[in-house]
Amino acid sequence: MSAIELNRSVVDRVPMHRRRKLVNVFALALSLAAMGFGLFWLIWILLETVRLGIGGLSVATFIESTPPPNADGGGLANAIVGSLIMVLLGTGVGTPIGILAGIYLAEYGRNTLLGHVTRFINDILLSAPSIVIGLFVYALIVARSRSFSGFSGVLALALIVIPVVVRTTENMLQLIPNSFREAAFALGAPKWIVIRSVTLRAAIAGVVTGVLLALARVAGETAPLLFTALSNQFFSLDLRAPMANLPVTIFKFAMSPFANWQHLAWAGVFIITLGVLALNIAARVLFRNKV
Amino acid sequence: MTATIATTTTSSGTMSSPLEAPRRLSGSVGDLIFAGVVRLAAVVTLALLVAIIAALVAGAWPSIKHFGLPFLWTAEWDPVQQKFGGLIMIYGTLMTSLIALIIAVPVSFGIALFLTELSPRWLKRPLGTAIELLAAVPSIVYGMWGLLVFAPILAEYVQTPLQTTFGNVPGLGMLFSGPPVGIGIFSAGIILAIMIIPFIAAVMRDVFEVTPAMLKESAYGVGATTWEVVWRVVLPYTKTGVIGGIMLGLGRALGETMAVTFVIGNFNQLNTLSLFEAANSITSALANEFAEATPGLHEASLIYLGLLLFFITFVVLAFSKILLLRLQRNEGKRT
Repeated sequence: MSAIELNRSVVDRVPMHRRRKLVNVFALALSLAAMGFGLFWLIWILLETVRLGIGGLSVATFIESTPPPNADGGGLANAIVGSLIMVLLGTGVGTPIGILAGIYLAEYGRNTLLGHVTRFINDILLSAPSIVIGLFVYALIVARSRSFSGFSGVLALALIVIPVVVRTTENMLQLIPNSFREAAFALGAPKWIVIRSVTLRAAIAGVVTGVLLALARVAGETAPLLFTALSNQFFSLDLRAPMANLPVTIFKFAMSPFANWQHLAWAGVFIITLGVLALNIAARVLFRNKV
Repeated sequence: MTATIATTTTSSGTMSSPLEAPRRLSGSVGDLIFAGVVRLAAVVTLALLVAIIAALVAGAWPSIKHFGLPFLWTAEWDPVQQKFGGLIMIYGTLMTSLIALIIAVPVSFGIALFLTELSPRWLKRPLGTAIELLAAVPSIVYGMWGLLVFAPILAEYVQTPLQTTFGNVPGLGMLFSGPPVGIGIFSAGIILAIMIIPFIAAVMRDVFEVTPAMLKESAYGVGATTWEVVWRVVLPYTKTGVIGGIMLGLGRALGETMAVTFVIGNFNQLNTLSLFEAANSITSALANEFAEATPGLHEASLIYLGLLLFFITFVVLAFSKILLLRLQRNEGKRT
């Protein structure tokens, strides 16, 4: 009697086992497909950017300013230079504040209220819509001075840099083992010397990685520049006037019906994508080699 | 490391011998100054949030006073008659983000599953990097590619078949009515999905990896398949983290500007609920209208929209952060 029942339950289990295996294979195949789905878009976007971007590139792209609609020639020189100036200045302004705040979070405020609140708010600012930063700077500066300016663009970008640098600096400093700090303290070094010469120095590769990532992030930012730096069809180095920049120029040109503008927009997209991806890869390589 | 410390001591040692009073004094003064400076930097970061809210409320004040809360459910947007309501844009923002989540969540789960359980060890890093690079591509690139490359293909190979198949089904047909031109809420949602997949997938991968190996090995030990281990052990264990990751993606989708502005069509209408019609979102309305808006009620109403957007994303991101922190804390207790 019992032997027969045992047999039956084994017989019952065979189809169930088969079904479980089938479900497993099916789910794993879907997972593989999801991976392919993600890679597919990356490859497609990059290929199109290269294909359409290289066609629009020429020497003139880098030495001539943006042309009027339907005119021959012209380039993106004013936009490229404007972007470089604003991105570098913005990163230059945001980085020190970010690094200092990151040091506070990792070395002073690990368990203080200010530390917890700042960490929380910083992570929210990290993902907050960048267009809101643009609105903020507009209300703060542009609306008062009654003119769009390169300065306000720099400020908007700096505000986006800060949370990125804070996050990476804190993470990198936390990776430094406490024994390093204890060893330095034991030699009688004051805390700020310990931070400057031991912890920060040990974490420097990670911190630089963060700055590179911040640079990459703001290089492609368009939304915060729309109502701050606006754009400028002429070559200008004056930070008090509206300043040309690649993302806003691409936006304007891509949405236009003029063929020569669209070609230049693709060239601009190619330059930006190449720059941003190169910065990202450089940051990764640097981080991998040092840590 | 010892070298670093040695240089420190010698460089201060040149001024005086290590244990004399002046050096200790300069040390403590230096400490005070340095602590003050770094604390100030942290406070600046905090103050930034307060300043953003204050500036937006101040800028939006004329509109808040004039339209009040009904702004949220009024669909009229008429700069000529100075009548403004945000319903069209709010609907556009929520709907595009919803479509993005519907597509991105299962795909991200699949990617995270692949990266943690299936991928051979040597492929993990390059594939993970590739997915992260998808997040690094600037949104303006997605936008231009979406408008000029993706939209025509979407119209021909996805929208038209959807319309011919479901066009006559009551209810469902309504969603797919309208001209299949590849512009509108549907395409904006798809492009948003592509953009947030890397964020959600990265969080899911990271939280899957904190599942204790012992739990997984126990499940494998009693004969569970890979899928059963992930679905019945890993996912329940990391539930809060997974939801936190999804919320992070949602926060990103709600605030995304350029990609949406390119493909949503920028047309203020809410006559149909069709997903193929051109529409508008909070971010695209701001990007298109703000620089040309006349100071006064129009500008204030746009800032009001921006304030609403900031509020919504703040709540979503705060929720995400709390969930992820909770997972981390549980992790701390266990170990």
